[in-house]
Amino acid sequence: MDPIIVASKLTKTYASGFQALKGVDLTIRRGEIFALLGPNGAGKTTLIGVICGIVNATSGTVLADGHDIVRDYRAARTKIGLVPQELSTDMFETVWNAVTFSRGLFGKPKDPAHVEKVLRDLSLWEKRDSKIMTLSGGMKRRLLIAKALSHEPRILFLDEPTAGVDVELRRDMWKMVRELRERGVTVILTTHYIEEAEEMADRIGVINKGEIILVEEKAALMQKLGQKQLTLILQRPLASIPEALSEYALELSDDKSRLVFSFQSEAERARIAGLLRALAELGIDFKDLQTRESSLEEIFVSLVRSDA
Amino acid sequence: MNWYAIRAIYLFEMARTFRTLLQSILSPVISTSLYFVVFGSAIGSRMAEIDGVHYAAFIIPGLTMLSLLNESISNAAFGIYMPRFAGTIYEVLSAPISWIEIVLGYVGAAASKSVMLGSIILVTARLFVSYEVAHPVWMLTFLVLTAVTFSLFGFIIGLWADGFEKLQLVPMLIVTPLTFLGGSFYSLKMLPPVWQKVTLFNPVVYLVSGFRWSFYGVSDVSIELSAGMTFVFMVICLLTARWLIRSGYRLKS
Repeated sequence: MDPIIVASKLTKTYASGFQALKGVDLTIRRGEIFALLGPNGAGKTTLIGVICGIVNATSGTVLADGHDIVRDYRAARTKIGLVPQELSTDMFETVWNAVTFSRGLFGKPKDPAHVEKVLRDLSLWEKRDSKIMTLSGGMKRRLLIAKALSHEPRILFLDEPTAGVDVELRRDMWKMVRELRERGVTVILTTHYIEEAEEMADRIGVINKGEIILVEEKAALMQKLGQKQLTLILQRPLASIPEALSEYALELSDDKSRLVFSFQSEAERARIAGLLRALAELGIDFKDLQTRESSLEEIFVSLVRSDA
Repeated sequence: MNWYAIRAIYLFEMARTFRTLLQSILSPVISTSLYFVVFGSAIGSRMAEIDGVHYAAFIIPGLTMLSLLNESISNAAFGIYMPRFAGTIYEVLSAPISWIEIVLGYVGAAASKSVMLGSIILVTARLFVSYEVAHPVWMLTFLVLTAVTFSLFGFIIGLWADGFEKLQLVPMLIVTPLTFLGGSFYSLKMLPPVWQKVTLFNPVVYLVSGFRWSFYGVSDVSIELSAGMTFVFMVICLLTARWLIRSGYRLKS
């Protein structure tokens, strides 16, 4: 494993006495997409703030690509791009100037070709001469990403990149993140949405109350946490599950009136159609159906409980 | 040194100036012109000469300083307060730049604007009153030194303020009284002896006096003392700005 970010025993206590980080140890691998999940106030933004130099850690160290973020901050920060959660922009600037400014701020000489590419990739090229105040929320979000990519960072932090963003734009953003990864950029994103983590991440970390509860490969975590169920309420009770349905791992409820199909991944979801066809062929009618999946809340609750 | 960053901040701030050119340049020019009309022509014609200098000419250095101080402070304070207020400061904090680069960018831009403004005021004044500059190099030195020093002071206020009222508080409650009592409109010799001593604690006295000396070769305090005191004040401001940025006071949580 080739680590690109190593946080050790990181703590942060705010002036109010609130302890936002309680000894966080976290290693991010080079070139991966890492999703940091956690409820509001869990410490996600504080953790990113410390790594990016916006929040002073109370104790602990962080290495970014081998550079200490405090002692060797120039080398460390040159590698990092940050897209904050808040849509903070200079309202009166033009898109082009804002992105050019960011590039200079991070110590890179002018490169109009690179700025153009970034703007085109984010569908902002047409807006390059527009003032930022005239942009929609989604465009402002993309502008912040453009600013963060202007200096060609090797590590990109996306703090809640899809909060308040419509579905189409969310898809575009996921696509963009994957392309960045293909170019070797390490991406760390925080999110509320488990589907987002499921869609994008190689590994997932869960943070709660300032502590990293677990870090796992996505596939393994989804297996553990991503339980989904389809419940069919039958017209007539079944004596037992027919042999023809054995491939579906079904359960029959105690009163024999419900069939429960549990599945985990998107791939298994696709089998629902097959299951329904098979039921029709067997002449098993149902009068209603329900689906449920474990919500992020439930997952957190179960994690926090097992953590305690 | 991250020169690209200094350049980026400097150009960004100057662009802001040129976006608001009318209010940045025109309003101080108009207000200074009004001073010249009222104090220089209307009242000045009835005043005796001071140290052999006609009153209208006598007040030119003081009036220029008055605008220079106010503009330096408000430009620099606003320049750093706005990104804090709007939240865009995150980018500066996360960039690979040190305190001195932040100061050079923001304070450099504010001071440049003030020097431009001071020059415009002096040119405007020439339309009302004829004056000569006895020591042009010293004049320029004082202009730049004052612009830099008070831009630094404004920068500190912009870092410290946590609301728009506070941004106005220090200039209004401290700087304006100090400039009015700093000998802009009179010679210290016109004060009672006790007040002549008290007024030496006012840093603006040294600025105005030194600046006026560079025009007419007459001053209330020695030129070396004037330049020295201004320099000391600049160093104090610089060290304060350094401490504020490095500790992350009101910048980082």
